[in-house]
Amino acid sequence: MDTNIVLPFIRATRDIFEMMLQLEAEAGEPTVKQSGKASHDISGIIGFTGDVEGAVVLSFPEATAQRVCAIFTGSECAEQEDLCDAIGELTNMIAGSAKAQFKDRKASISCPSVVIGADHVVHSKKGTVCVQIPFTCDCGEFAVEFAIKNVDSGTPTGAATPAAATN
Amino acid sequence: MKVLLVDDSKTMRNIQKGILTQMGYTEIEEACDGLDALSKLGSFQPDILLVDWNMPNMDGLTFVKEYRSKGNKKPVLMVTTEAEKSRVIEAIKAGVNNYVVKPFTPDLLQQRIEETLARLAAA
Repeated sequence: MDTNIVLPFIRATRDIFEMMLQLEAEAGEPTVKQSGKASHDISGIIGFTGDVEGAVVLSFPEATAQRVCAIFTGSECAEQEDLCDAIGELTNMIAGSAKAQFKDRKASISCPSVVIGADHVVHSKKGTVCVQIPFTCDCGEFAVEFAIKNVDSGTPTGAATPAAATN
Repeated sequence: MKVLLVDDSKTMRNIQKGILTQMGYTEIEEACDGLDALSKLGSFQPDILLVDWNMPNMDGLTFVKEYRSKGNKKPVLMVTTEAEKSRVIEAIKAGVNNYVVKPFTPDLLQQRIEETLARLAAA
């Protein structure tokens, strides 16, 4: 696993949960994901363009999403629109914070989209490898997934590089 | 003090509105993107603007350029996830007076607003 690309997403998620939600987010072992099926029920998705292309997904089980959004917004998110807005903004902050940590790579991020529904599938960009980082916090479990590649080399980032694989 | 909040996220507008209200600002107008903000400027003349960068229809940078091109001189504080130095420089060149990177604490946002207004008063 290429830690140079995994660590920005872990750091960004921890920082945002700590600063905006006062929650400690503990990262589990990152793994390369084999299926496109989302980790959980509600996913915020943001695309990257520029020197780095692909997407990041912040995925919650519904109950965790409700608890997290109640803390973030200061009230219960009774309306689905409010839940989506809050998840989208958290995804936006994670994507923005992670991209600022990419070394020598200039990238832009899209506005967030949010998908709701069990067993939804997020298709990764061709030529990318999807890395899933599981997290736990006091509100429950969730996951950050990213599938991105360097545009000049076309190399999928996050995947085990030959050098890393032999170590 | 009149404040215009421009952010496509209602959650983020509510968070910023809460901080502004605690600071004693009650005349707050909201816009969900740059185009919406431009349309509101006819009837609402803000003393300070808090503007997000990444928004649909018209992004914050384009909005600031449009706002400045019309001769508006009120201070603009950019509140965004765009944290790279090159982005900050781009924003300052477009006419942004101060910059806050998301995520932020209420104290930091308050400090930047006060700092921006103090700088302007001293000028």
